[in-house]
Amino acid sequence: MTINFDQINVGDELPSLEIKFTREHLVAYANASGDQNPIHQDEAVAKSVGLPDVIAHGMLTMGRAIRVVTNWVSDPTKVFDYSVRMTRPVVVPDNGVGATVLFTGKVGEVNTENRTVRIDLSAVCDGTTVLGQAKATLQF
Amino acid sequence: MGMNRDMIGFAYPDSKPFLVTTENIAAFANAIGDDNPIYFDQSVAQSFGHTTVCAPPTFPIAVTMNAMEEAFHDPKLNMDYSRIVHSDQRFEYKRPIQVGDELVVRAFVEDIRALGNNDIATFRTEVFSKSELVVTAWSKLVVRGEE
Repeated sequence: MTINFDQINVGDELPSLEIKFTREHLVAYANASGDQNPIHQDEAVAKSVGLPDVIAHGMLTMGRAIRVVTNWVSDPTKVFDYSVRMTRPVVVPDNGVGATVLFTGKVGEVNTENRTVRIDLSAVCDGTTVLGQAKATLQF
Repeated sequence: MGMNRDMIGFAYPDSKPFLVTTENIAAFANAIGDDNPIYFDQSVAQSFGHTTVCAPPTFPIAVTMNAMEEAFHDPKLNMDYSRIVHSDQRFEYKRPIQVGDELVVRAFVEDIRALGNNDIATFRTEVFSKSELVVTAWSKLVVRGEE
């Protein structure tokens, strides 16, 4: 599917994504990113610093949120600016189920002169917003 | 105590080059669970006008975080590593990162300010490949003050 710039309107909703986070995912992300902070793998360490349990890397949540945009647009290299605030951690219990995050996106701005589009993203886990001010800007 | 404000504007020495390969792009894409073929298949990347396989948007964190680690442990900066929380992240891309890039990171202490008991530090990291700026990233870290 190719997105046609002229058919994008402010308020358009992008297909949402519901993504599971498990302890295995956190280990794989730690290895691929090099972020081996034990709060993302070791329950005892996480609890010792006041967390309820092991938490996902904020950057894993950021990496997954942009998939709402890149799945929609097909060509991820159209994204030229991407920013998020990590407002709350995604807590990942070791119960075989893990956590589930719902990622959604909406067109926030269309600039017809520069042919750019801003997508505003949201990420919600268990009724709690985990990313704030998340937005990606694309060049068409 | 707290962080040393005199370090605002300081640039750390360039990191050692990191070679981008099909393997490390695939490993990163798999780890975030993204199966977009542009990260795996050269012919798909070429159909979008690129010469070779491209990296996912948050891939640069694998090199910028490493470069910032040096600063986190710099005694002159006086940053309590055990109390750091990553609060904000931004990437501004000049062009996609691709297989064959040799990424070198220059990390700057852009800002340090107090918020209540905490210090808020912003690092700017400039990612170059063979002297060409490809991505600029900003990482905001909260250093939680002692209760």
